[in-house]
Amino acid sequence: MYDIKALYEAESVQDAIRLLQEHPKAQIIAGGSDVLVQIREGRRAGAELVSIFGIDEMRGVCYDEDQAIRIGSLTSFSHIAASPIIQEKIPVLGEAVSLVGGPQIRNIGTIGGNTCNGVTSADSASTLMAWDAIVELHGPEGVRRLPIRDFYIKAGVVDLKPAELQTAILIPKAAYEGYYGRYIKYAMREAMDIANLGCSVNAKLSEDKRTIIDARVAYGVAGPVPMRAPSAEAMARGRAVCRETVDAFARAVLDDIHPRDSWRAAKAFREHIAVELAKRALTESIERAGGVIDG
Amino acid sequence: MGKQYKLIHCTVNGRAREVMVDVRASLTDLLRNDFRLTSVKKGCEVGECGACNVIIDGECFNSCIYLAVWADGKDILTLEGLEGPGGEISDIQQAFIDEAAVQCGFCTPGAIMSAVEILNEGRLLSDEEIRIRMSGHLCRCTGYENIFRAVKKTMLKRLEARQREQGTGNREQE
Repeated sequence: MYDIKALYEAESVQDAIRLLQEHPKAQIIAGGSDVLVQIREGRRAGAELVSIFGIDEMRGVCYDEDQAIRIGSLTSFSHIAASPIIQEKIPVLGEAVSLVGGPQIRNIGTIGGNTCNGVTSADSASTLMAWDAIVELHGPEGVRRLPIRDFYIKAGVVDLKPAELQTAILIPKAAYEGYYGRYIKYAMREAMDIANLGCSVNAKLSEDKRTIIDARVAYGVAGPVPMRAPSAEAMARGRAVCRETVDAFARAVLDDIHPRDSWRAAKAFREHIAVELAKRALTESIERAGGVIDG
Repeated sequence: MGKQYKLIHCTVNGRAREVMVDVRASLTDLLRNDFRLTSVKKGCEVGECGACNVIIDGECFNSCIYLAVWADGKDILTLEGLEGPGGEISDIQQAFIDEAAVQCGFCTPGAIMSAVEILNEGRLLSDEEIRIRMSGHLCRCTGYENIFRAVKKTMLKRLEARQREQGTGNREQE
């Protein structure tokens, strides 16, 4: 038995908002792979919960009217990885979420939960950040959408107002069209492990594949929340596809990131890995985009 | 607030069930305490070890971190559901015995249910894929190699049997 004070099951998004208004102390439970574990640990013992698990309208991946990719917040990691839309347009997101926990966790864990918990090591978060994702939030005042980088406030805290819930994550067409990416998770084990550092890079090349039109990079565990490295992106944008560009890009990440020492890894080690992963991930992104790096 | 209950309907190992559940119960609690399905083990109870793994609507879940009330309307399969009409064990269970993939047996039901999910796909998986798909289970006895061999052997056997059936089917048509 879990130490749960009360459980309210929402049948629709509007129902969830109403329940959250009626029970202002209640916490949202989606798949439960964080919330239930924290109740078991005692950190959230005695909690009142609003379960949104049964809201099937919040599941699935589709295109919206503007050709943006719309991922329902309750979509499990395994369903994201299996989605033909994700496999065609953003395969790197499927690869990233396939590194979360283990198979059973990927069947229950949701992308909404992975972002709303505000955790820097979340395997989906750096890739969503690197692809300029938009989060859609429903609350008593209606719907609002904001860039995912504004959604994160500080470690464990996201911009969710009282009685508000995240309903979808969108990747606009301009943010995915022509981009190719790679996510590298650096962890001690191949499964059931949390990243020491995660690096997600993507690039868009010119038609002749010789120039980088745009490059984007985001990290997990390089700071209290997932973060972009704008200095590095500026070093690659508009530059020739060559080893020097990749090296300059990778070195510049150190101007942006600020990892810390923890029992998992030292700050100096994380910085070292950050540069190396940026190099490898950009190289592979360029190769996936059809570019060739000499030397 | 007093105790809170909910009436749910679900299918467990092919049998329709109606049961009143405490909202605080995990699916592990429900399966073990209400249905006496003790193949569902209480291991870590935080979704790490895979000993409580069951199949819900065709996908594997750690039932310890799955609320019992969420089972409403679902089709659940536990190891007990693999039993044949004459009480015989399934091919994958036999393969676990043959390959000595069982020692203390505590992780075995959960591991077998992951194997069942893989085998039900009816396709050939690479060794790497099998290892990834079985990676949600902690086994402290066997060192995993025997488990891996049991799964692979059963997969190949089933695929061969299917090919033979299709082969005979084709000949009959001629």
